[in-house]
Order: sequence, then C-alpha cells, then structure tokens
Amino acid sequence: MAASMPMLDVVVLFFLLGVFARLVKSDLRLPEALYETLSIYLLLAIGLKGGIELSKQPLAALAPQVMATMALGFAIPFALFPLLRKLKLSSADSASLAAHYGSVSVVTFAVVVAALAREGIAHESHAPLWVAVMEAPGLVAGIVLARWSMRDDAGRGAATHWARLAHDVLFGKSVLLLMGGLAIGAVAGDAGTAPIKAVFIDPFKGVLALFLLELGLVAGARLGEVRRFGGPVLVVGLLVPPLLAVAGAMVGVLLGLSTGGVAILATLAASASYIAAPTAMRIAVPQANAALSITAALGITFPFNIVLGIPLYIRLAQVLTT
Amino acid sequence: MTKHPKKLLVIVAEAALEKALVQHVMEQGAHGYTIYDVRGAGAAGAREGTWEADRTIEMKVICAADVADRIGDAVLAAYGDHYGVSMFFADVSVLRDNKY
Repeated sequence: MAASMPMLDVVVLFFLLGVFARLVKSDLRLPEALYETLSIYLLLAIGLKGGIELSKQPLAALAPQVMATMALGFAIPFALFPLLRKLKLSSADSASLAAHYGSVSVVTFAVVVAALAREGIAHESHAPLWVAVMEAPGLVAGIVLARWSMRDDAGRGAATHWARLAHDVLFGKSVLLLMGGLAIGAVAGDAGTAPIKAVFIDPFKGVLALFLLELGLVAGARLGEVRRFGGPVLVVGLLVPPLLAVAGAMVGVLLGLSTGGVAILATLAASASYIAAPTAMRIAVPQANAALSITAALGITFPFNIVLGIPLYIRLAQVLTT
Repeated sequence: MTKHPKKLLVIVAEAALEKALVQHVMEQGAHGYTIYDVRGAGAAGAREGTWEADRTIEMKVICAADVADRIGDAVLAAYGDHYGVSMFFADVSVLRDNKY
C-alpha cells in the first residue's frame, strides 16, 4: 500500500464536492460568518497543536529551522519574478503573484499533515511554527520587487507605508492567531490545554472538512476566470508548485528534517497564500490585477496541491530521506 | 419641525480600502459614517463576499455638501485608477444640523 499512490484524503473529497456544487450552479452558499469562524478556528487550533509540542523542547534548537524557512519564503519571489516576466506578465502582476507563492497556505499545510497522519509518516510536530514564520517574508519580498521593478514608472503612486504594512501583516488575523495559538500552547502545555482539547484538538479534521467545502465553492468560482487569463495563469498555477516543492524539500533535507518534515516544507514552498497575500498586495501594489493572482493561487494551485501535489511531495520526501 | 439639507454620500468599495476610506472621510470633515458588508457586480465582475479578498463594503456618510465633494475628490484621486470604487450623492434632510 505504502508504495502505491494513496487515495484522496476524506477532507479533499469535501473540497471536490464544493467545486462540483459551484460548477452545477447549486444554490449552496455557506454564510460568510461561518467561513470567518472556521478560518479563525483552524488557525488557532493549528497554532495550539504546534505550541503544545514546543512546550516539550528547547526553543534555541529551532533557530536554524526558523531562519531557513524564513529565508526560503523570502527567496521564492525573487526566483519566480524573472520567470513571470518571461510569461509577459506586467511588473506589478509578477511581483504580486510572486508574493502569493512566497507566502504560504495554512489549509494546504493542514491537508499535508492529515495525509502524513493517515499514512503513518512521522513529522516534526512543531511544524506550525514554520507556517507562522513563512507568512510574512514572501510578502515583503514581493513588495520589494514591485518597488524595484516599477521605480521608473510615471505616476506609480505613493511610497510604500512600511510601518502600516508591517502592522497589517504581523497583526493580521493569520499570523496573530497562529502565533497566539503557538504561544498559548507553549505556555499551557499538555496539562494546561487538556480542558480545551475537546474543542480545539479532537474535532479539527471535521472542521477542516467543512472549511474545504467552502473553499471548494470559492475555488470553483475562480475556474471560470482561468479562461479569461489563459496560458500564463495555467503555467504558473500548475508548473510553479512542483518546482518550488523541490526547492522546499532540499531545504528540509539540508536541515536534517524527518521524512514528514521534508514533505511539509516541500508543500509549504509549493503552496500559495490566499488569505494574507491578497489583502496585503491589494494595498501595497494597487496596479496588480488581484483576480489574476487569486485565480492562480486559489483556482489552480490550491486544488492541484491538495489533490495531486501533496501525494507527490510525500513521495519526493521519501526518496530524498532514504 | 425644522429640517436641514445635507448630502448623503454613498461609497461602494473593496473591503481592503475600509481603513483608508475611514481616514479620508474623517480627515475631510465628516462627523461620522456607517459601513456594512454588501455583495454585487460591476465593471470588474461579480464580488460575492464569501471570503477575505472578495468582500465589498458600502459606506454611508451624511455631511455638508462641500465636505461630500472633498471626500469624493480625495477618494477618486487616491483609488479611482486601481480599485473597485463607486460613489453617488443624494440630497437628504436631517433634524439636528450640528450632528453631521
């Protein structure tokens, strides 16, 4: 069994149901308040789980991992930018898209962790820390690229408000809740978090399934946009994730991570942000076409990663760590 | 009952602009505003408001005519080129002149 292509995780089937509902124009619509609630729950629960593990080990030992994952997130946009420009995308669009891929998708992370658990592959259980520190560097790199590549454009607008941007990213909901969950878990530890396990740990996968149903509806709505943007978006959405996964896996191997850890880092590198990045880029690079980045990140890359990519990245990690 | 003429300025925009719009509106001299989440479609396509990047807000400001004009100019200059923004004005009457 272990060597064959694994069947889809049950949560992925919920995602596909959402896409299907959208394609057949079902009236299914989850209330926005539920989407918001579910995303807050997932971020907190992922953070908490990682935090509980952090409470069991010396923090100093994690410094190289934190530095390396941040560097990876920062480097990805710089590697992607020239490629995107070759696809005839504008400087603004290239920088914005590069930032989406430099940052990470928390739900893709949750799906790879679920896949690893199902296959019984061990991984570093403090991995949520990598997610939390990989959110911001890619966004900063994207904005640096936008400023640098558009420095000669006439009427490029006001200078970047770095302070406001830093505030919005660091205190935005995703980083705040992930880091907050990590901190609470680390402080409270196993014993302290025992009373809230019934809410935050046990039902996690069911909530993830519901959230993926909603994301399926959202991603399904973007599929129509794929035709509008055509080739470049398809190329970026399908070819960039495997390339970045290889880069992420290499970093994981260099750090001496476990097989599961390498698979997670490959997945994080391959994933594209659709919570923090669209909001940050909308404000920082107004000239970029937001629909283009979202269509690539959520309409193509996200489904690709959770359906095909993750099983591939796990195989890649197994090959590299044996 | 004495009624006072005022302008109602309605701004429909991407939710990402909310903080910035609030700042413009107050800076130009409005005394308050009301914001709610909406969904709809326009020149830039449909916005269904089901997740973060797809949210749209509608902001209502009741103020003096000159303040409404200044807000309109400032918002159009700052966001008209690259963001989904639409605005319209209407004549309204209020009971307490000093509140708006």
